[in-house]
Amino acid sequence: MKTDTIAAIATALNNAGLSIVRISGDEAFEIIDKIYVSKNGKKVLSEQPSHTIHYGFIKDGEEVIDEVMVSIMKAPSTYTKEDVIEINCHGGVIVTKKILQTVIKYGARIAEPGEFTKRAFLNGRIDLSQAEAVIDIIHAKSEYALSSSLSQLKGSVLEKVKEIRDSVIYDIAYIEAALDDPEHIIIEEYTDELTAHVNNTIKNIEKLLASADNGKIIHEGIKTAIVGKPNAGKSSLLNNLVGEDRAIVTDIAGTTRDTLEETIQLRGVVLNIIDTAGIRNTEDVVEKIGVDRAKKVAVDADLVLYVIDGSRPLDKDDYEIMDLIKERKAIVLINKSDLDQVVDIDEIRKLTNKEVIVISAKNNTGIETLENTVEELFINGKLSFNDEVYITNVRHKAALEESLASVKQVLMSIETGMPEDFYTIDLMNAYGKLGEIIGEEVGEDLVNTIFQKFCMGK
Amino acid sequence: MPHVNEQYDVIVVGAGHAGCEAALASARLSLNTLIFTISMDSVALMPCNPNVGGSSKGHLVKEIDALGGEMGKNIDKTFIQSKMLNRSKGPAVHSLRAQADKADYSREMRYVLENTENLTLRQGEVTEILAEDGKVVGVKTVSGAVYNCKAVVLCTGTYLNARCVYGDVSLYTGPNGLSAATHLTDSLKSLGIEMFRFKTGTPARIDKRSIDFSKMEEQKGDEEIVPFSFTNKPEDLQREQISCWLTYTNEKTHEIIRSNLDRSPMYSGYIEGTGPRYCPSIEDKVVRFADKERHQVFIEPEGTYTNEMYIGGMSSSLPEDVQYAMYRSVPGLENAKIVRNAYAIEYDCINATQLKPSLEFKAVEGLFSGGQFNGSSGYEEAAAQGLMAGINAALKVLGKDPVILDRSEGYIGVLIDDLVTKETREPYRMMTSRAEYRLILRQDNADLRLSKIGHDIGLIDEQRYEHVVEKERQIQEEIARLEEVKIGANKEVQELLESLNSQPLKTGTTLAELIRRPELTYEAIAALDPERPELSREVIEQININIKYDGYISRQLKQVEQFKKLEKKKIPADIDYDAVNSLRNEARQKLSKIRPESVGQASRISGVSPADISVLLVYLEVLRHNNNSEE
Repeated sequence: MKTDTIAAIATALNNAGLSIVRISGDEAFEIIDKIYVSKNGKKVLSEQPSHTIHYGFIKDGEEVIDEVMVSIMKAPSTYTKEDVIEINCHGGVIVTKKILQTVIKYGARIAEPGEFTKRAFLNGRIDLSQAEAVIDIIHAKSEYALSSSLSQLKGSVLEKVKEIRDSVIYDIAYIEAALDDPEHIIIEEYTDELTAHVNNTIKNIEKLLASADNGKIIHEGIKTAIVGKPNAGKSSLLNNLVGEDRAIVTDIAGTTRDTLEETIQLRGVVLNIIDTAGIRNTEDVVEKIGVDRAKKVAVDADLVLYVIDGSRPLDKDDYEIMDLIKERKAIVLINKSDLDQVVDIDEIRKLTNKEVIVISAKNNTGIETLENTVEELFINGKLSFNDEVYITNVRHKAALEESLASVKQVLMSIETGMPEDFYTIDLMNAYGKLGEIIGEEVGEDLVNTIFQKFCMGK
Repeated sequence: MPHVNEQYDVIVVGAGHAGCEAALASARLSLNTLIFTISMDSVALMPCNPNVGGSSKGHLVKEIDALGGEMGKNIDKTFIQSKMLNRSKGPAVHSLRAQADKADYSREMRYVLENTENLTLRQGEVTEILAEDGKVVGVKTVSGAVYNCKAVVLCTGTYLNARCVYGDVSLYTGPNGLSAATHLTDSLKSLGIEMFRFKTGTPARIDKRSIDFSKMEEQKGDEEIVPFSFTNKPEDLQREQISCWLTYTNEKTHEIIRSNLDRSPMYSGYIEGTGPRYCPSIEDKVVRFADKERHQVFIEPEGTYTNEMYIGGMSSSLPEDVQYAMYRSVPGLENAKIVRNAYAIEYDCINATQLKPSLEFKAVEGLFSGGQFNGSSGYEEAAAQGLMAGINAALKVLGKDPVILDRSEGYIGVLIDDLVTKETREPYRMMTSRAEYRLILRQDNADLRLSKIGHDIGLIDEQRYEHVVEKERQIQEEIARLEEVKIGANKEVQELLESLNSQPLKTGTTLAELIRRPELTYEAIAALDPERPELSREVIEQININIKYDGYISRQLKQVEQFKKLEKKKIPADIDYDAVNSLRNEARQKLSKIRPESVGQASRISGVSPADISVLLVYLEVLRHNNNSEE
């Protein structure tokens, strides 16, 4: 079992209350000593008694990240029976994430799904009768993490990571083939080409990293579907929401644009409007979304915005949609309040048991109420929001950063005249880390690539 | 009652590179050992390439030597050229390779076998493994003779149901026309052992007198010889060396091959065995790498007292007439006279996942195996397994625990772990890239890594072991001293650095820091270090490597620590994977089939995910607690 130091966010991620970043393992104190500063700047946490709590700040170098309370618990009287540190911060998705990132940067690794529980169990902290439950947690979380990690990765990013990996494994295979069979494959001629490849790889990873900061690597936010009958005003609503000041452009330069989303921000809450490909170009695509389409979209969504044309009587389709959203997180919007109203709001409220808001997308009325409602849902945690998304992002970013550092080390090694076999150590590390992002293991990739691409001797 | 009925402790079947090591190890551990060979004239035969070592294989030979095996000593006695490959690369990939005088190699090894106490050599074909209640009790030969024993080591190489093929010629023989072993496969199958069929190939041998060497580039050996065996001193091994020669195929060669592909048994489907991707036949190279204009051809002597030359790089199973045409299209070989044709050979081997890491069959107690029979390829891979199989067979008879090297202890560990864990579907060859901790598994430190194990087993004597302990002490002491001794930025230092094309110092530093600079070495800064003790060349080499690559080495040592934790988690032999709830089906099947000994080994089985490993860990923990409370 690995006993290196792990970290994770231990509380639900939302913009309210306190959040806790938990660290467990041999190096927990070493890490916290590097990033914690007390008010007078003199306190060293590893020297403090166990099971105490301390006020101070988390810093990354000179940058202060947050004002925190840190609980320190020394092994073995802890949840995992290892050294455990809990950083209580002010909450807020961004700050919590940043603290986790800092902890990772200074030597921890992101916990595998269910790993704290697993360690607690393996170290004898949890009753044996709960073994099955522990296994269930590990399973559930693994599957969830894998599916969320992959589903949140944008298609274009997946392609890009694969492309970088292919280039990296080719370089490794070249060097290894030459080391293995120096009389047939000459490495001395390859250094210039390798340098060019490595520079290119660095550029590509940096590009991905830059986009990670803008949340462009994964679908970060609440999967939201706007559904309703044709001409209910869905696209007007979206156009209204995607105002100049709110729009976030989702393209990563040079990659294919994702077809399935439009990201908007309401009061700091990120909504991913799904299945609205090309919505701003072809006005009527959304209008074509009929009931069948709505059903499909609504199933995938964390939040459904159901738009009703208040100036027309409800029909069979409306009742069907209302039935559909009954069991889901949804907000009903009665649109076209600028026209004469014929629908019965109370009836709709009764049928759906949802918040009903009267709006006019055309005149921009009622939108503020909608924003308040979304914020309320989010902040008060009424909406089951996917915490794993943020973790995934941190995980991806850490993996990208590590692979970048490894590839840069290759350049250093080339410059300082290190022997070629050291290049592949770092390249392999980068290859493995990039694989973590797209859920692929190294396995026999190298040996296969060597045999496939290079003609060996005898 | 059979007409012959003898009793031995350990019987080794086959006297190739695996069998010789197995038999010697067993006999040297004082067990009464019998080794069978199909022909007394083929002991330690090299039926293919005339060399030992090379990338990663050289590492294996050094490790064999450090554990008390014979291969390193034998090649040191019989080499006719020696070369350290990759000398300009990092120390982890320096690879020693020596051209052997094949006849000498074979003769010297036979001499050692014939003169080892407790060891009996016997010509004869073993046709049956005798087992009772899942336990080996002896072997039977083709004549019906029965030899009783407590353990058997199978080292049948490429001889089981062997078939040699070129063009439409197909001969049911082993390599070099030696007779094949045609009965044993059936006996093994009846013991429930799963067999694979692999193939490999060898190029033609050509009469030296028919070769025009003036059209080729000469390939000389190194001036300074590095021994394979740690028991030899370089100065004792200096001798006159024989050159190899380099030439190339060309478009014409490739055209001849392409237009005759339909006559190749490989392409007509006449050969079914799986061949190795790393040593493709020349027809494979031409087809798979069609854009390559030429391929290297190495002309290597087979020995001092023969005119036969090995045509490295052009193994083939094309018909005889095509072989003539293709070899004669190569510059320098225009008038080539072929002494032996190139051929492909098909043979039976096992799915090695049926073996424990000790190389004992899981299904048959006391039955061990090593070498090409296990699905590997190469003399060195064979010898390494043979040695371990022989050691473990002997330890079994002695009632002791087996010796298992893990992936962080040696290439031998990597080799055996790969074979018994990953289902290898082609002949397995060692490669440095297969060793994840290769910076610490260097050929130069094999003695430091493994002598203790060799000594504990009983194959390394006290004197030799003391020498290694002393070497280790000197290395550690000197490194500690170099990390301590401060050097100021004074005039003398700056001048020396300048003369060595090294940046002047800005502030004081340590001697170790200076050695870390790529352009400097321990030797280079001698003038700054009047206090240094007198040390041997081998000790200084270790000091340089350990200081220069300290960052990378300590990183790997840390990874090894993590690795060891999972290796130490043993899985009970009688575990019932059906009782482990929540394993995924694929994992359950693989684990039930391979039955790994440790959680670490389990984690390397393809199809077993990290979540499965977590589940397994939790299950083992419950098991452990329940067992404890029962006691």
